[in-house]
Amino acid sequence: MGATVTTEKNNQNTWGGGNEPMGSSYGKLMMWFFIVSDALTFTGFLAAYGFSRFKFIDNWPIADEVFTHFPFMHGVEAPMYYVALMTFVLIFSSVTMVLAVDAGHHMQKGKVAFYMLLTIIGGLIFVGSQAWEWKNFIKGEYGAVETKGGSIIQFVDEKGERVKLEDFAIHLPGQRESLTRDKAKWFMEDEESIPTYTVAEVQAGFKAHHNLLIRTEKIYRDTPEDKANKKLQPKLNRNKHREILTRVESEIMVENAATVVEGANLKHNEYGSKLFADFFFFITGFHGFHVFSGVVINFIIFLNVVLGTYEKRKTYEMVEKVGLYWHFVDLVWVFVFTFFYLV
Amino acid sequence: MSNNHSHEHVSNTKRIWLVFALLSVVTTVEVYLGIKRPDFLYMNNFLSMNLLNWVFIILTLYKAYYIVWAFMHMEGEKGSLRWAVVATVIFLVLYLLFILLIEADYVFEVFKNSTIKWNF
Repeated sequence: MGATVTTEKNNQNTWGGGNEPMGSSYGKLMMWFFIVSDALTFTGFLAAYGFSRFKFIDNWPIADEVFTHFPFMHGVEAPMYYVALMTFVLIFSSVTMVLAVDAGHHMQKGKVAFYMLLTIIGGLIFVGSQAWEWKNFIKGEYGAVETKGGSIIQFVDEKGERVKLEDFAIHLPGQRESLTRDKAKWFMEDEESIPTYTVAEVQAGFKAHHNLLIRTEKIYRDTPEDKANKKLQPKLNRNKHREILTRVESEIMVENAATVVEGANLKHNEYGSKLFADFFFFITGFHGFHVFSGVVINFIIFLNVVLGTYEKRKTYEMVEKVGLYWHFVDLVWVFVFTFFYLV
Repeated sequence: MSNNHSHEHVSNTKRIWLVFALLSVVTTVEVYLGIKRPDFLYMNNFLSMNLLNWVFIILTLYKAYYIVWAFMHMEGEKGSLRWAVVATVIFLVLYLLFILLIEADYVFEVFKNSTIKWNF
């Protein structure tokens, strides 16, 4: 074949074996291939998220208002702190991973095992934190109402502070029960679980509390157009915050209520745009799945280290390969963190 | 084979901790800015995105660079591998973002200037 190139050092054919294209071993090169394709997969997801966000740029939820919990600090508004902690945990587990790789270069079995173990623990803490974050997101905090038009309206008091549904909804007599198949037709789907309050109870509560106002999904901007808008409550609206309506407009809005929404799932989202919840679940879920599989793979390699497999092989390259994957997972998180929580 | 590698086998523990410190500091700055959202950054735009978001994106790329170069040890790889991985990804990411974000902005304008009503 004409395509034979000889290397200076060992006079071998490029494709004749014993040669390493790009100076990288087969396994490492394949890991890089995988990482490139996986990076593009995540790019696709994040770009789709960006697409939806730019499409609904005027009513996208503000992350600071969504993720405000910190463990054992109930009722304290702590935006970002917990996710920052998660980020540190993941970065630190990346550091222990690279320390394990480094120890592997020096054939220090004990050190490799120790650092791998720390990496695994870090990964587990991260996945657990993610689950907790999901739990809070699914459970919700203030509750909201979805209108017939499908947009979310939230309740605030005369100072613009959020008000929980339970603080004003009035309990009306009458029993509610979710309709399941065994009580109706076999071919129908079970009704979704019932929110704590009915629409009528929220509407009655809203009428009884005259200080309550409605906050819509739309974001207020300091434009002449928005400033002239008579439907907005004067003095309460701030640039780049959600619009707060006057009491008269609020009452009209509440009349449009269709369902009570508590928390977020794939169909409803009390924080605003439904797509936000969909993308949050999908992208952080997909990333969480990567972390989980990373932990499993790390554990297998950890066992091999402890059993002395790589000691016999006289190379710890396997640790290097899983290390590449683990760092990649960390790399993806850096971007997910930015685009979901910061920007 | 393995003695062909021009890099590695010198302990770089010191550098690892240095990079960790760097990443931590950058993350702390990001979180601080994310909580404070200072007006002079948040309310001023550059290329139709506010300065704060630009700061976040630049800091993120800075972190990404260190993760790939130091942790994934890209700095020790051959130029051919570096280019094959990094250039491919960067090109495709920019291409995809360019198409999708421009399109999304267009769809936003269509919704905004049309008679479609969603906020009711």
